Parts: sequence; structure tokens; C-alpha cells
Amino acid sequence: MNSNRFRRRSIRSPFSSLMSHGEPWLWLTSGSLAISLIMIVGLLVFITIRGGSNFWPRTLYEITLLDGEKSLGEVTSRETDSSNSKDGHDNTRRRLVRTANFEVTGAHYKWFDEKEIASTQQPKFATAVERLEDGRFHGFPVRLMENGIAVASEPESAWAKYKEISPSIRQRFREANRIDRHERGELQRRLRSARLAVFNARLHHEDDSQIVMNAQDEEERVRSEVAEISSRLDKKVDSLRRDNSSWEFEFETASGHRMTLPVEEIVQAWQPNRLGFFGKLGVYWSRWWEFLSDDPREANSAGGVFPAICGTVSMTLIMALLVAPFGVLAALYLREYATDGPLTAAVRIAINNLAGVPSIVYGAFGVGFFCYGVGGWIDDVFFSASLLADNQPTFGTGGLLWASLTLALLTLPVVIVATEEALVAVPNSMREGSYACGASKWQTIRRIVLPRALPGIMTGLILAMARGAGEVAPLMLVGVKKVALDLPIDTSFPFIHPEREFMHLAYLVYDVGFQSPNSQAAKPMVFTITLLLVAIIAVLNIAAIYIRSRLKRRYTLQQF
Amino acid sequence: MKNVIEQSATSGDQPPEVHVDRLEAVAQGKDVPAEVHPQVLEEKPVLEIEDFNLWYGMKQALHNVTMPITHSKVTALIGPSGCGKSTLLRSVNRMNDLVQNVKIKGTMLLNGDSIYDPRMDVIDLRKRMGMVFQKPNPFPMSIFENVVYALRIDGERNRGILEEVCEVSLRGAALWDEVKDRLQDSALGLSGGQQQRLCIARAIAAEPEVLLLDEPCSALDPIATGKVEELIQELRGQYSVLMVTHNMQQASRASDYTAFMYLGRLIEYGSTSDIFTNPVLQETESYVTGRFG
Repeated sequence: MNSNRFRRRSIRSPFSSLMSHGEPWLWLTSGSLAISLIMIVGLLVFITIRGGSNFWPRTLYEITLLDGEKSLGEVTSRETDSSNSKDGHDNTRRRLVRTANFEVTGAHYKWFDEKEIASTQQPKFATAVERLEDGRFHGFPVRLMENGIAVASEPESAWAKYKEISPSIRQRFREANRIDRHERGELQRRLRSARLAVFNARLHHEDDSQIVMNAQDEEERVRSEVAEISSRLDKKVDSLRRDNSSWEFEFETASGHRMTLPVEEIVQAWQPNRLGFFGKLGVYWSRWWEFLSDDPREANSAGGVFPAICGTVSMTLIMALLVAPFGVLAALYLREYATDGPLTAAVRIAINNLAGVPSIVYGAFGVGFFCYGVGGWIDDVFFSASLLADNQPTFGTGGLLWASLTLALLTLPVVIVATEEALVAVPNSMREGSYACGASKWQTIRRIVLPRALPGIMTGLILAMARGAGEVAPLMLVGVKKVALDLPIDTSFPFIHPEREFMHLAYLVYDVGFQSPNSQAAKPMVFTITLLLVAIIAVLNIAAIYIRSRLKRRYTLQQF
Repeated sequence: MKNVIEQSATSGDQPPEVHVDRLEAVAQGKDVPAEVHPQVLEEKPVLEIEDFNLWYGMKQALHNVTMPITHSKVTALIGPSGCGKSTLLRSVNRMNDLVQNVKIKGTMLLNGDSIYDPRMDVIDLRKRMGMVFQKPNPFPMSIFENVVYALRIDGERNRGILEEVCEVSLRGAALWDEVKDRLQDSALGLSGGQQQRLCIARAIAAEPEVLLLDEPCSALDPIATGKVEELIQELRGQYSVLMVTHNMQQASRASDYTAFMYLGRLIEYGSTSDIFTNPVLQETESYVTGRFG
């Protein structure tokens, strides 16, 4: 009788048997994984499709309305508009067409009601032109002129001639730009530093002292030298510009306007309706290449993002270099040296909480402490002449170094927590073995614990890099600018400029997406930039994962 | 110490039923004198443990342990789980310093130097001993670097010396022939038994005065165990070995002296043949024959 109490109850209901076998939990876990995967993969696929198709040359349609008005453009989207009809039966379908030609029509895009469309055609010579300013132009080639004289006046021959001359014109245009931007910029810098040298000499010595005199002489010398070089550059640029400006391309828009475009202003032109698949592919790649290698134009909504790529990559790498030693050393002390107690626990909780602080707070801290505090101090001590002469801060404002430091601070908790976990995972038997050999604590850490924990530490670093590279809010305060064409690493002395402001892809997404005057044209650009940012983070991560797997193979061979 | 011997000498003649009471007396926390065979005391000691007590927090793990460890001989510590034999072993090279809340009382002398002297540098002390743990714990580096680790931390960079020590130690640990062609391979790729012999090679590389083995075979399969035991027998004469073991056969096969411990106390200590075939105490006999424990 008594033994009955201890007999296990048999499982009666099918439900409880199901629960005890764990089937529902299997469904639950696999379902959660599936939903997460669908969301992540869906987002990635969406970004890839929208971002990747941006540069594909699409068919140009000539749309003739019932009232005879003609337009030429790419169909961007179609939708059913039921907002006008109350009963919902009288739905109108409409298309959004990129008609371009902003200076003629006053709009980049236009809605067309399908009921009002008389006919659509795909004209053979329809041409899409990417210009330096005023956005896209759509039209038909008429003739190509050199110095006002037509050299080709048939659409076919004009297009062929344009194709022939455009590479050399682009080349000259780039050269002139390079001279304007880099060589002249270099001269300006020389002038400025000579002027600052004089100012600095005056600051520390009497006005009539030898040092001031010398500096003034030197400034005079630099000034004359710069003037000489400058006039030489002027001549060079003038001749390049003159060669280029002699060429003009006349177009006719669908509505019959004649437009003459200087060939120099044409970044790229293509006739999608005549191109086969591989021809389109060629245009596609050349537009991608422009996007990756050029400077931005038209408030970042067109052109390339090369400065932003440089800024993002250099900032992320500098951040990783700063955060890794800091985080690892802090975690080492916390886990290996500090005795466990309420204080250690409090520190650990504080670090975990730090990970939850809004990133804009780090930005505010960065601007207050790094830019104005540390940077202001550096300016006072080392760049006081520049500060007093031009009222222009060097380090005392946002810049690459401060942004990297701010993000290093932001990602520090991630690295500390990951490193601590990696250190805990090192078996104690290894530490004991090392101590028993007569190793000191530091020798044990350096020779046994750290190598063994390195793969785990790398994991933390990968997470930190991904988090840092995608951050926007704090960057706006500590150095990211809408346009900053001077790269942080370039050919002018001292080659690395950590004080410079820079561009960043994630900020560009925000800027182009939400601050652009031409929002419709900017939309596909946002996706492309996002795609690029994701790709860059993926490349950085894959590089780190590769290093980690090599370390793992070296230090943690499986025991059998 | 003399007192204890005299006590043991007299208690050796007590009738059996009193002996059974000894373990019970220990369990009740009473002080019981250890039965140390006079033969042990005639040998030259490498390590002298005198009146050693150890507490983990409030709990006392070792009670008045007094035993000399003989020079160039293998001494085995046996006893049921939790009897403090591992604790005693780890006290010898002060590994217990790494544990929080440990308190000790008593003295230990290594070749005349007080181990727990405040002026004794624990790192120097550990360099004079080698230790091998229950689970093989090779370091995540090459076989060569594992063996010469102790020299490396002393800053030895001379390749010739390192290679010589590596070969001598690996030969000493009967591992040389198996690994001589792959010294630069990761030590983690070795089998369990090889790893344990590698740990022994690592321990003897620095010419230790005492070799401490903490159940060196408990994580190994029978064949690997056999090899390690063979090795321990070869080390006899060359090194002074203090070994903890759970395995009675191992103690009887591999050791010269055996100490039986129970609940933190030394119960009987003598030559292995005496302990296993002709123990003074009834309790020891019932333990070594497997009737208790």
C-alpha cells in the first residue's frame, strides 16, 4: 500500500505524452529559427534587389498622352489608385515615370494615368544622359558639334562620334579636376603653413627678431613659388577646359525642345533600347564603377561614394585597433587579477549596462570630451598659431580620430564581455599546469591563457566592428560630414590626417534618404549605399573570421 | 615526532576490536595517533611534513599530518575520496595558495627549506618541484614548447640547451620514440596516455627535487595506465615521487612506501609491502583488501 505512493504515474493523456517527448518544443525552436532566418534573409534579399538593380539601364518608353503631349522616361513603379473614387469600382491604374529633364519640366518624376495614355513606344535612339548637374536628361541625339560646327548630324553618326570622343574628354575633365582639387589644395596648404610659421614666430619672438625675419622671407619665397606654380597650373587647366568645351551635343526632348549639352558635362550616356544584354551589362558595370570610385555629386544623390568608403573602412579599422587592446586588458584584469567580490560584480554590471546606453550619449560625450576637451588642449599646445590666426581648430573639432575613439568607447563593453567569456572558457587545469611549472601569473596569462582565448576575443572584436560600422547617431556629432572630399589618407604630408572630417556610408544612408531635395531619385541610391555598407561589413567580418579560424586551428586542436 | 612513534609502537599491539574503533573515532573528530612504521624514519627524507593542518574556510581538511617523504623513492598516498590526500599533495607546492580562504598551520620542509616560510618565493618553490595532474593538461602549443615550458619562462633561449632538455625529458618520460618526428606538432593532437607522459616530461624537464603526481592515471585507459605506471617505476631512484592514487593495485605495483589517510588524518604509513601484506592496523588491511572505502 505504502509503495503505491512512490510508483510513477503512467502518462495517460496524449497531450502530456506529446509534451514529455518534446515535440512541441522542437517545433517552437525550429519555428523561431525559421522566422529569424526569413526576416534576415528577406531583408538582405530586398536590399540586394533594390540596391543592385539601381544601375541597370532600363528601357526608355516614349509615352504619348491623349492630348498629344509626349514624354520619354523609365517606368519606375505602377500602382492602383483608389483614393479618388468613393465606391472603389472606378479604380485608376497609374505609372510613375522618371521623365528627367528637370530644367524643362520642373520635375524629375511624373505620374501618368493609364486611361490618359494613347500609346507607348520604345524609340531606338532614346538616350539617357547622366549629367554633372540638374540630374538625368532623356532625349534623342540630333547632332554633335565642335566649336559650333556640326561634325555629325545624324542620330546614328552623332552617337558613334560621341562614343569615340567621350573617353578622352572624360580623361581631360578628370585631370583638370585633379589639378584643381589636389595640386591647388596642396599649394594652399603650403601658403597657409608658411603664413602660420610667421604668425608663430611673432607669437614667441620680437617683431624685428631674426627668426621673424627669416619666417617672413620664407613666406615671401613660398608665395612667389606658389604664384609661379599656380600660373602654370592655370594654363594647363585652361587648355584642358578649352579642349573640352569645344564639344557640344545637341538633343531633342520628346516634347520637341532642342537642348545643347556640353559634352564635358555628360558623365555617362547610354541608349538602353538599342543595347543587348551584354551591352546593358557593360553600362551596368561602368555605373557601378563610377559609384565605387568617384566623388559624390548633387548633394550626394548621384555620383560615387568613394570618400565615404574610405571613411567607413578607416574609421572601423582604427576603432578596432583602439578597442581591442583596451577591452582585452580591462577584461584580463577583471577576470584574472581582481578577486571576486561585490566590487567586481558591480563593475561587471556597470559594463553590461554601458552596452545599453543610447549611442547618441556617447556622441555627446565624444564631442565634449574628445573634441572640445582633449582636442582643444592639443590645439592650445601644438596648434595655437592656427587657432589664433585663422580661428580654425585643428584637433578641436570633429575628426576621424575622435570618431574612432568615440566608437571604441561605444563598443568597449562588447569586447570586454566577449573577452571575459573567452577567458572563462580557458580550462583551469591549464592555468594550474602553468603555475605548477613555476610560471608567474603574467607568464601564465601571456603564454597560456591569451593564446587559448584569442579566437573568442576575435569573436568579440567582430561583433564590435559590425556594431561600430553601422552606427550613425554619435558620428554626426564627432566628425562625419555630409561632404568631405579630402580623404583621411592621401599624398600630402604627413599622409595620415586623423584630424580631418570624413564621410561615412551609414550617415550617407540617412543623409541621402531623408535630407535629399530629390527624394525619388535618391531612393534607389539609399538601397545601393546600404547594400555597399552591408557588403563592406561582411568583408571586414569575413577577414576577421578567417584570422580567427586560423588561430583556432593553431591553439585548440580537438582532443580525441 | 618521537612521541608519535612511541605511541604508534605501543598501539601496534592493541587487539583488533580497538582498531575498528579508530576509524570511528576519526569520524567523530577525535585525535588519533598515526601508525608510522619505524623503517620509514630511517630513510633520508626529501620532504618533511610536520604537524600540518589545513582549513578550507571553516572546514578542516588536514589534521596534524606528520610524515617524512623518502628521498629517491616512490611514495603513494591512498585513502577513500575526500580523505585529503590531494589536498596534502597540493599543499606541498602551495597550489592551495590559488584557492581563496585557505588557512594552514604547521611546517613543511623541502630539503631543509621551509615551504611556508613567508620569505619563501612561491614561484621559486614551484620551480623546484614538478606536478602532474589528474587530467592530462598539455598547453596549446607544440610538443617541443610544452616540454621546455619551464625553461622558457626562465628566459632560456639557447636552442641547443632547449633541444637537449627536450630529448632527455621525453626519453625520461618514455615518449621520445613516439614523438621525435613531430616535435613541432600541436601537443593537443596526442592521445590521452601520450599527453599524460608529455606532462610528466614537462614536469621532469626542470630537474625537480620532488615529483608530485595527482592521480596521474585516473583519466587514462588501461593500456595507457600501464605505460604510465611503468614509467613511474623507471623514475624510481632518479626522482623522489609523491603520488596520490585511488587504485590499490597501482599503489602496490608502483610505489615503495604507502600512506593510508582517512578524513584528513594519516592512519598508517610504511613500506608498501608491509602496508599491503602485513599492516599493523586492521583498518588498513580492510581498506587495502577492499572491504571498506
